Amino acid sequence: MDNISSLLVPMIITGIVIYGAIRKTDLFGSFREGAAEGINTLISVAPSMIGLVIAVEMLSSSGFFEILTCALEPVLSPMGFPAEIIPLGLIRPVSGSGSFALLSNMLSQFGADSEIGEIASVMAGSTETTFYAVAIYYGSSGIKKTGCTIPAALFADFCSVIFAVMTVKLL
Amino acid sequence: MLGYIWLGMIVSSFLCSFFTGRTDQVAAAVTQGADKGVRLLISMAGVMCLWTGIMKIADKSGITGNISRFLRPVLSRLMPDYPADSEAMKAISANITANFLGLGNAATPLGIKAMKEMQRNNRLGDKANPSMIMFVVINTASLQLIPTTCAALRAAAGSTDPYSILPQVWIASSCALAAGITAVKAASLFRRRKNG
Repeated sequence: MDNISSLLVPMIITGIVIYGAIRKTDLFGSFREGAAEGINTLISVAPSMIGLVIAVEMLSSSGFFEILTCALEPVLSPMGFPAEIIPLGLIRPVSGSGSFALLSNMLSQFGADSEIGEIASVMAGSTETTFYAVAIYYGSSGIKKTGCTIPAALFADFCSVIFAVMTVKLL
Repeated sequence: MLGYIWLGMIVSSFLCSFFTGRTDQVAAAVTQGADKGVRLLISMAGVMCLWTGIMKIADKSGITGNISRFLRPVLSRLMPDYPADSEAMKAISANITANFLGLGNAATPLGIKAMKEMQRNNRLGDKANPSMIMFVVINTASLQLIPTTCAALRAAAGSTDPYSILPQVWIASSCALAAGITAVKAASLFRRRKNG
């Protein structure tokens, strides 16, 4: 698997740049425009990100996650399910900045290349912030009755946690 | 919503530190956290800009348009209230493509446009029709070619290969998406059976 992923990124970048050149796109101008948007996005998330990193660091240093993990471990570990990832699973559908603040804390605590670090990365990378999308899309179109949207979306989020554990353990 | 979560996190850590006797560490974490937040944003910036820049090239060279046209008939089967050549479906498809390529700034306005177009032909008034539910669920379970923020955080945490998780993300994400789609379809089948 390692060889595939180390080839993927250069392949995607080279492919896009060559296609852009064939279609006579202003390559570097487009890159700069996109990169500027990236910087603006980072600046716009900076206040909430800093606020949430502070809260996550406080929570982490207080021993809160250890207590939670100890409480959940007897139930989860017989199934081969790491209890450490539960806080991330809970915050992922609710807050994007919060889950990335927590992911960053977990990556430095357990190691980015550890099994828990990889499971946490896959979890964070494989779904969107459910409640944000629901609020923004239904809010903008004046929909009040959302039917089975939230149960179905949370079911998908729940599945992504299970699949994150499975794919990291099996691949 | 986020205000309450933030409140909960801060109060829990304060209370918890008395049980664990780590009040000193929590006090230190406040200052360290503020510092870490800024460091994190700076160390993420390079990887984030790399991908938003590359994906902008993909967008301008027409890759986005091609994928979007290819997806329209497929998505129209999932959202049968809107035919493949309708304005709504064009916006839906463009939004899903933008999400797939990680063009976050473009995706949200396109998604809002898609919802407004869908609402125009919604016979249920202020109730979401099955296609709208399907659209929102697909968005929340969104498939992404490069999970940019995630890769940026892994790089910032000193991973030897920040992208090593790509295949796992693709598989986990597709399975979650399939689960979400199945759940929406199952719910609408169940309701139809109940109603008649």
